[in-house]
Amino acid sequence: MNDDRDKPHDPRLERIRAWLSQARFFAEEMYSARYRGAIARARRDEDGLFMLLVFSEMMGVPNPAAYYTLELQPLLLERFHEWHRRMGMERSPLDHFRCC
Amino acid sequence: MSAIVLLVLGLAGMAAGYFLYSRFIAAKIYRLDPEFTTPAHEYEDGVDFVPTNRFILWGHHFTSVAGAAPIVGPAIAVIWGWLPAFLWVVLGTVFFAGVHDAGAIWASVRNKAKSVGALTGDVVGARARSIFMIVIFLVLLMVNAVFAVVIAGLMMNFSSAVVPVWGAILVALVIGQLIYRRILSLPLVSILGVIALYALIFIGPSVPIQMPAEVGGLSGNAVWILILFGYAAIASMLPVWMLLQPRDYINGLQLFIGLIVLYGAIVLLNPSVVAPMVNDDLPAGTPSMLPLLFVTIACGAISGFHGLVSSGTTSKQLNKETDARFVGYFGAVGEGMLALAAILAATAGFASFADWQAVYTAFGAGGVNAFVEGGAYMIHNGLGLPEATAATLLTVMAALFAGTTMDTGLRLQRYIFQEWGAIYHQKWMTRNVPATLLAVGSCLLLAFGAGGADGTGGMIIWPLFGTTNQLLAGLTLLVVTVMLVRLRRPMWYTLAPLCFLLVMTIAALLIQLRTFFNEGNYFLLFVDIVVLIAAILVAMECASALKRSRADMARQE
Repeated sequence: MNDDRDKPHDPRLERIRAWLSQARFFAEEMYSARYRGAIARARRDEDGLFMLLVFSEMMGVPNPAAYYTLELQPLLLERFHEWHRRMGMERSPLDHFRCC
Repeated sequence: MSAIVLLVLGLAGMAAGYFLYSRFIAAKIYRLDPEFTTPAHEYEDGVDFVPTNRFILWGHHFTSVAGAAPIVGPAIAVIWGWLPAFLWVVLGTVFFAGVHDAGAIWASVRNKAKSVGALTGDVVGARARSIFMIVIFLVLLMVNAVFAVVIAGLMMNFSSAVVPVWGAILVALVIGQLIYRRILSLPLVSILGVIALYALIFIGPSVPIQMPAEVGGLSGNAVWILILFGYAAIASMLPVWMLLQPRDYINGLQLFIGLIVLYGAIVLLNPSVVAPMVNDDLPAGTPSMLPLLFVTIACGAISGFHGLVSSGTTSKQLNKETDARFVGYFGAVGEGMLALAAILAATAGFASFADWQAVYTAFGAGGVNAFVEGGAYMIHNGLGLPEATAATLLTVMAALFAGTTMDTGLRLQRYIFQEWGAIYHQKWMTRNVPATLLAVGSCLLLAFGAGGADGTGGMIIWPLFGTTNQLLAGLTLLVVTVMLVRLRRPMWYTLAPLCFLLVMTIAALLIQLRTFFNEGNYFLLFVDIVVLIAAILVAMECASALKRSRADMARQE
């Protein structure tokens, strides 16, 4: 790929490029803004199920895949607090797994 | 009368409304404050509450509220002549719709972006909230039934549009996948999508698909209605990114292109308006203009549906409170412009008065078909596009709008059934499929119950849809007015439209009540009575809420 910085700047080209990026921004917002909420919610629902799978064993729900999900737990630790709050539990439901 | 003169007068009126009246309303009545922290900032979460550029927000607001209704209503109402429809659209947009839409955004923004339904509960009372829910349900029911009938009629009359309309849905499905899986960038997809859509429109006339007049004991019209509801039921259950999102996007592009083409054709052709200014020679059975005009044109003049959009999604994304004027009021102006184009197409798009009269043979006979035929005539003569292609273009535009409204409406109706299921502990009702089936069933009952088994009589409920829609607008105006009273601000700018709407709505309902009774249409008589009861309850709620608030204010002094 050529390095743009070596080329002399053409102000007209710059302007067109700026205009195009603006147009792109508007098009993308036009496409996504209206449904951002609905899609984020659907994604959150899927995430919720995933969290349940990963942490189910700790809550006494047997999970045959526990062996594999165990190593995901540290990765999802950051989201754990937000998740149990969303599930309607003010405090962490696990005695040995405190986050708040 | 030259169509350009009418066009310029209409646009000038709405421009004056936006630049003068809306400025006054924003500064003196709602007192929009650029420093106010809007809910989009206060609760910013990247999901629902997102501060959004006002032009984009306007685009979304406008495309959500503009649909087939501002085309169908005015195209029916010109049967009374062009002047009444023209005046109601222009004055309604300026003094009713703009104030209502901006007011709904303002009321919601000042109350943590709550929806009008929730606000009715908070500001007016729990009883008003229940009425609100019933009115919303009725509006959705009627809008779905009516639009199914409208699209079915279009499919029967303009067989060239069948391939493009259903093809557009395929295009949307493909676009959805391309974007979701990040295969192509959005600008490229937009260009390809528009090319594909217009290619379909161009080949449409050479591959017409005509539904036979009778299929297995059902009329062709009825078969289309069943197919449409089948489609809407499936579409309303798909994830939004799959169909709804890409199709709304194409529809938005379609809307702007369609408006530009229509206005361009009018300017280039300058047809003369062949319809009479006020029609003295009304076909038999046409109801009286007063009050029916004010419920026949709902969207395009004032529509309660806008309040749902304003307070549901728009208020959560408003960047600055002062943007409410641009987004809300100018959104209403955009819809007024669409209604104006529909009026011009349905009055100036005919070669002679006799041609016009041949279309407007009965109340509800013109409608969207007159818009398509008139618009196609103007585009053909003004821009030189073949008439069949132009008719296909406009049919696709109208059918896609109506289709979008239908599946959004079914989705919302499903939510209502699911909510009822949750309230009354009916677990089966909270599931997607049974709730959707209930929604579809109730709409089908109305579509066929209104006009017999061939489903062609569904347009009789159009004015009823208008009345219900106006009731919804009345409830929103009531919320805004009560808020204004509590803030000790002038209330007449919202109270006067509210009173006008209630009087016209109740009068229209009473007139229709008599018509339905005389015709022996007991099904619609029943629906009319339900709406009438809701209207009277709304009127009484208005009186009592205002009295209460004013008494409260007086006590505090």
